[in-house]
Amino acid sequence: MSIFVDKNTRLLVQGITGKEGQFHARQCIDYGTNVVAGVTPGKGGQKMDDVPVFNTVKEAVDQTGANCSMVFVPPAFAADAIMEATDAVVDLIVAITEGVPVMDMVKVKNYLEGSQSRLIGPNCPGIITPGECKIGIMPGPIHQPGGPIGVVSRSGTLTYEVVHQLTLQGIGQTTCIGIGGDPVNGTNFIDCLEAFEKDSDTTGIVMVGEIGGTAEEEASEFITKNVTKPVVGFIAGLTAPPGRRMGHAGAIISGSSGTAQGKIDAMKSAGIHICENLGTLGELCAQVFN
Amino acid sequence: MKIHEYQAKNLFKKYKIPIPEGSVAFNPDEARKIAKDLGQFPVVVKAQIHAGGRGKGGGVKLAESMDEVTTITGEIIGMNLVTHQTGPEGRVVKKVLVEQGLNIAKELYLSIIPDRATAKVVIMASEAGGMDIEEVAAATPEKIIKVYIDPLMGIQPYHCRQVAFGLNIAPAVMKPFVSMLSSLYRLFMDYDCSLVEINPLVITAEQTVIALDAKVDFDDNALYRHKDILEYRDIDEEDPLEVEASKFNLNYIKLDGNVGNMVNGAGLAMATMDIIKLAGAEPANFLDVGGGASAEMVENGFRIMLGDENVKGILINIFGGILRCDILAKGVVSAAEKIGISVPVVVRMEGTNVEEGRKILADSGLNLITAADMKDAAQKVAQFVADK
Repeated sequence: MSIFVDKNTRLLVQGITGKEGQFHARQCIDYGTNVVAGVTPGKGGQKMDDVPVFNTVKEAVDQTGANCSMVFVPPAFAADAIMEATDAVVDLIVAITEGVPVMDMVKVKNYLEGSQSRLIGPNCPGIITPGECKIGIMPGPIHQPGGPIGVVSRSGTLTYEVVHQLTLQGIGQTTCIGIGGDPVNGTNFIDCLEAFEKDSDTTGIVMVGEIGGTAEEEASEFITKNVTKPVVGFIAGLTAPPGRRMGHAGAIISGSSGTAQGKIDAMKSAGIHICENLGTLGELCAQVFN
Repeated sequence: MKIHEYQAKNLFKKYKIPIPEGSVAFNPDEARKIAKDLGQFPVVVKAQIHAGGRGKGGGVKLAESMDEVTTITGEIIGMNLVTHQTGPEGRVVKKVLVEQGLNIAKELYLSIIPDRATAKVVIMASEAGGMDIEEVAAATPEKIIKVYIDPLMGIQPYHCRQVAFGLNIAPAVMKPFVSMLSSLYRLFMDYDCSLVEINPLVITAEQTVIALDAKVDFDDNALYRHKDILEYRDIDEEDPLEVEASKFNLNYIKLDGNVGNMVNGAGLAMATMDIIKLAGAEPANFLDVGGGASAEMVENGFRIMLGDENVKGILINIFGGILRCDILAKGVVSAAEKIGISVPVVVRMEGTNVEEGRKILADSGLNLITAADMKDAAQKVAQFVADK
C-alpha cells in the first residue's frame, strides 16, 4: 500500500505545454505514471505527445476522469490554477511552482477548507509511490519500491539525499512526500504522519524538517499522542543565522521562534530518533528500522 | 524586502495613517532646514538603517535647539550603529529622519503578520508599547492581544473594536484608532506585506493616535506586482556579494566562516553548512544554485564565493537528478579553468551519471578532490582548511 497516490492515480498536468511542464510530464510518463490529460488555457484540442490538452480543468476531469493534478504554472498564476482544480473537485493537487506570494497561499488555504481537495506544496518536489506513480520533479531511479518506510520532508534535494541513503541501505519506501518550503502550504507534517500511521505497509517514518515556523513542534506533539511507528528525524539549519531567509521562503528564524535546536529538542522529547549528522542518516535508519 | 522607517511612513501617509511631521536628511544642513520648517523644539533625530534597536544603540536622539540638531545629526550620520539586529559589525548610518517631538500619553504596540500555522492574518497588539515584543511575549504573554482575520472576509469593524477594547483605548480615541487600524490592514493586504509594525503607536496628550515608528517588510515573491516598492530598495543596506549574487539569480548569504560551499537546493545547502560545522570547520556562506543548476550558474557561484577573502577551501555538494552529474562536472571543470581557483575544492556529487562525472573531474588535472559522500566531503574540506 501507500499514501495519497498509487497505480490507480489518473494525473492531469496544469501547464503541460510549458517548457518545464512538458519535460516533467514526460519524465512522469516514463516512470509509469498514468498521465491522462493536460490543461493549458487556449490550447484545448491539441496534444502533448499522446496526452490530450484541454482549456479548463473541469473539461479535463469530465472527459478523462483525472483525479489528481500536477501544477506547473508560473508563480503569478499558481493560486488561480490551484483554485480551478479545487473547483473541479480534483482529489489531490500537487503544486510544484516555487515563488508563489504568501498572501495568495493564505487565500488558497482558506478556500481549500471544506473542499474535497488535498493540496501538496507549493514549492515542493512532489510525491512518489516508488514503482507505481511519480508526480513531481524528483529523480525516479533513486527510490526503491515496496516499502516499508514513509518519507516526509519540507525540502527537495535534501529529500533525494535522504531517500538515496535509505536505498543504499536496502530500505525501500512506501511513499515519499515533499510538502514544500513555503511558510503557508497545503498538506503538512501531521497529515502525512497520520496517513503513514494508518498505512499497514508503512512500518517506520523519516521526517525531514528545517528552520522556520513551528510545524515540526506541532508534529512532535502529534507523534507523542498518535504515532506508534518509529520515526527518524533530521532538521537542517543549525548553522543558519537568525532573521535571514535561507533559500526557501519559509526557512527563517524569527526572533527566538523557528530555530533548529528548538525543533530538535521538541522532536527528541517526542521520542523521535534524531540524526545529528546527515552523512549517517542511512546507517541510523538501518539501526532503528531493522 | 525591507525598507527604511521614513519610506514606511511615506506609505502610511498615502493610507492616511497619522505620522509625526518630518522628513529625511542626508546631512546637518538638510536636518536644520527640516527642523526650521517644523518650527518647534524638541525635534527627534532618528538613524535610518534596516535594523531595530536603534534607540538603545544611540541612533535616536532628542534635539532641543538648532545647534543640537546640527551636532546630533553630525554625530549620527557616519556613525557605525550596532544594535542587537545588526550583529557586532554594525551598520554605517547614511541618513536620518528628523521629526517633531510629541506629548506622549501612552505607548502601544501594534503589528500585522500572516500567521503560518493558521493561514490567517493576525493583528497583534499590546499595552506594553516601545518594548521588545519578543520579551513581552516571553515574560507576560497575557499582555498580548491577538485577533485573527480570515483574508477572504477581510477586516471588519468588530475586529478593530476587539483590539481597541483590549488596549483600553479611551472613548475619545476609539474612532480614530479604528479607522487607523483598518487603513493599516488595507496597506498590509494591498502591498503583500510580510510585516507591518508600529512600535510604539502613541496616544498623545491631545488624544490623537500617531505612528511614532513604522516598520514594513514585503514578501519578495510578490514584488513583481508592486513595482513602486522596488524604488525603495537600498543597496547600501545589503552585503555587496549578496547584491552581486542576486544579479545571477543565486541565493547567497554571507557568513563568517572560511569554507565556501555551493549546493543545489536550499534544504541540502543548509544541511551542508551544518555538516561542515560538525566536521570542525565553519561555513563561509549559504549558496543555493537551484534544483536545475547550469554550468553558467556554477561559474558565477565560484566567482561569488571567491569574492569572500576569508574562503580557504570550497565544498561543492550536488545531488544530480534532472541535472546529470557529467554535465555538472564539465561545468565545474570549465569554471575552474576560466577563473583559476586558488583554494582546494572538494566535490561531492551523487545521482544520475555519477561515474562519468567523477571521471571528468579526475581527468581534468585540476586541484579538484572528489569525495565519496557528504561526511567524507565535509571531513576532507575541514582538513584542508585546518592544514592551512
